[in-house]
Amino acid sequence: MRSPFKQFLASGNVFIWGCAAGVSVSLLMVFGLLLLIVINGSGYFWTSNIVDLTLKDTQHVMGQLAGREVIPRSVTPDRPEGKGRLRVKIGNRDIYGLDFKWVNDDQIVSEMYPPDVVLLERREWGNMYARIKALYKGEALLAEGNEAGWMALAPLIDLTNDLHLQISRIERVEIGSLNTVIEQARVKIRTLQMRSSPDGKTRGDIESLKAQVADAESRYQEKTQELDRLREQFNEYSVLMVDANGREKQIPVGQIIRALRPNEMGLMRKSWVYLTNVWSVLSDEPREANTEGGIFPAIFGTVMMVIIMSLIVVPFGVLAALYLREYARQGILVRLVRIAVNNLAGVPSIVFGVFGLGFFIYAVGGTLDSLFFAERLPTPTFGTGGILWASLTLALLTVPVVIVSTEEGLAAVPREFREGSLALGATKLETMLKVVIPSALPGILTGLILAMARAAGEVAPLMLTGVVKLAPALPVDGSWPFFHFDRKFMHLGFHIYDVGFQSPNVEAAKPMVYITTLVLIVVVVLLNLTAIVLRNHLRKKYAGSVL
Amino acid sequence: MHPSPPSIQAPPQSQGLNPQRLHVQHGPLHTPDKDPKVHAVKLTLSQVDFFYGDRQALFNINIEIAKNQVTAFIGPSGCGKSTLLRCLNRLNDLVEGARLNGAMLLDGIDINGPDVDISDLRKRVGMVFQKSNPFPKSIYENVAYGPRLHGIKNRGQLDQIVEEGLKGAGLWEEVKDRLQTSAFGLSGGQQQRLCIARALAVKPDVLLMDEPCSALDPVATAKIEELLFSLKKDLTVVIVTHNMQQAARVSDWTAFMYLGEIVEFGLTKQIFTTPSKKQTDDYITGRFG
Repeated sequence: MRSPFKQFLASGNVFIWGCAAGVSVSLLMVFGLLLLIVINGSGYFWTSNIVDLTLKDTQHVMGQLAGREVIPRSVTPDRPEGKGRLRVKIGNRDIYGLDFKWVNDDQIVSEMYPPDVVLLERREWGNMYARIKALYKGEALLAEGNEAGWMALAPLIDLTNDLHLQISRIERVEIGSLNTVIEQARVKIRTLQMRSSPDGKTRGDIESLKAQVADAESRYQEKTQELDRLREQFNEYSVLMVDANGREKQIPVGQIIRALRPNEMGLMRKSWVYLTNVWSVLSDEPREANTEGGIFPAIFGTVMMVIIMSLIVVPFGVLAALYLREYARQGILVRLVRIAVNNLAGVPSIVFGVFGLGFFIYAVGGTLDSLFFAERLPTPTFGTGGILWASLTLALLTVPVVIVSTEEGLAAVPREFREGSLALGATKLETMLKVVIPSALPGILTGLILAMARAAGEVAPLMLTGVVKLAPALPVDGSWPFFHFDRKFMHLGFHIYDVGFQSPNVEAAKPMVYITTLVLIVVVVLLNLTAIVLRNHLRKKYAGSVL
Repeated sequence: MHPSPPSIQAPPQSQGLNPQRLHVQHGPLHTPDKDPKVHAVKLTLSQVDFFYGDRQALFNINIEIAKNQVTAFIGPSGCGKSTLLRCLNRLNDLVEGARLNGAMLLDGIDINGPDVDISDLRKRVGMVFQKSNPFPKSIYENVAYGPRLHGIKNRGQLDQIVEEGLKGAGLWEEVKDRLQTSAFGLSGGQQQRLCIARALAVKPDVLLMDEPCSALDPVATAKIEELLFSLKKDLTVVIVTHNMQQAARVSDWTAFMYLGEIVEFGLTKQIFTTPSKKQTDDYITGRFG
């Protein structure tokens, strides 16, 4: 007779509980992490009310409440919970130099929410919390006082925002294309000059190119003049602001992106502002050393890099797996190769980064430059970090994953399929292309999913092979040849590191780090979901036989 | 000497095939031109030995397979009947270390000869497997797979071939309204008939069947057996089966194999009623095997 305890052990319940506990802990960790990121990130978009604190020394502190905390080691018998302090985002960085201020509870005399305080979102120096004193057009006074100024300010902001769009369009598109023309002509002249014996024909060519350059230069001058005119209009209006302590600051209206009065706004209006904030983070370019503005270039760079990487890694991985599984003679050599491939997946990613830098950038890129872009030297074209080299490096990093899952997929294709096809007179290649590979596609896509997830999250190798803090242009734009694989790019993972740990303004950057993290996770999930939907579709199509 | 089978009417050509004589005949192989009788012989195997690496799987196989007849290979598991079948379309070439001695003539041509294109051979010698193996494609694409491989692209022509193939396999009426649906939606018996249709679509001379009914229920089995009678008109069928009743029902000729050798080969009627070897008698009466 077994003892009840032994019987209980043998029933396997303990084992099931153990498994369930393991799953629960994993789920809790994943969802806890997601919850932390969502809570911390999503609060950033909410426009909270502006508080006006009067302190004991009659000074005022005005700003958005960012949090309450307990002062460490301040617990005393009379205040068992410890003394508290408030973290206030006071903005006005151009006046105070700091974004945040901590105010101890016991210093506060009163706490008010005046409805007439204005929040200015600015292109530089962050937010401003103040009241309007006067509005000027050049030297002339347009409006005076908070209310009159507020009414007059709104249309002016619309106007300057329009002007800002025009200016940036001229700067980026029109002047950009002129610069491309000038640069290309300069490179052509250089090429012609580098050839020996400047005969009559090349001299004529050089002359006509020089004329092109002069023409472009003159158009460039016209554009600059137009820009100056627009800039003048842009800076024509200015507003004089006064903060809670009476300090005044005059700022041009052109610097203002948006003016709000948060204490007046209802829930609906705030929700609307919330949504516009979300959109602007997703679609705008960064400002103020990446701590403000949007993260669009980083999203774009991440997605594009992952796509290029996928386009490279899938053919290579699949071909390698096909050879290893279908064609190579299974023996000690193939087994060694397989072990090597599996171990490649365990090499630290920074090692791949160093390899990418040494091999792709210096060796391959440098050779390409000296062969095809000699006229631009010593400025490197491909001999420096760029999105192509970063994608190649990541492809190298993730190719073992694709090989392993493709091999598994191939191994899972029933022998009957191959024999059926061969018995109909198909060659081995035809059988591969028409029956085996389609049936192994779900396995291949599983490899791709794993590879994408790994690649999107890597930062270390990218830092050596082409990611930058702030890229001047996207890798895709309107100028020929549209895709610029030699360009450096921005990446969400690196953005997190840069904003969170390389920023001079850590408190202000904190929400940005959470948002960037959230966006990175969402991007990875979306990319994976696309592949998973595709895989499930294929699985259904190539489902196993009913027998 | 041998009685003409009452249920299965033996065609007159089969008179030329004397299985008893085959065991001793090692002379030069017949060619169709020299001896008109030999037109009746589709496949001739002479002194065939087959090896998987060091292990010999077939020993000195000598057999002639009659044209437009059903020939069955019976015998216990592992006796080499599937191996022999797979030699006939050289599917054993895939196996590493496989080696074959002897001559295998299809209409007088050695199929292992250096000039034989393996694709052509498999086009002429179709095969249906034990486990039905439709491709993960639509019914139409399954049947059109072979013709497409062999270069037929014209849609109308393909449509016709698919229809003929499915009709030949007795499946047309059941699937004509859902040709574009997945082949996996068919029942087991339908899938097996689809595989037959797929094999027929490349217009083979010989159809090899490796225990085609072993995974099917009796109704589906009956359908396939019926099908064999109609296929005989245009094809030579070689079938491997475990089921002796099936061999007795469907085949005109039967070879009993044991341990890689052909113990006895003759008209089915004769093998099942008056076997000349005791081993055969023991096997078909269920005393061993």
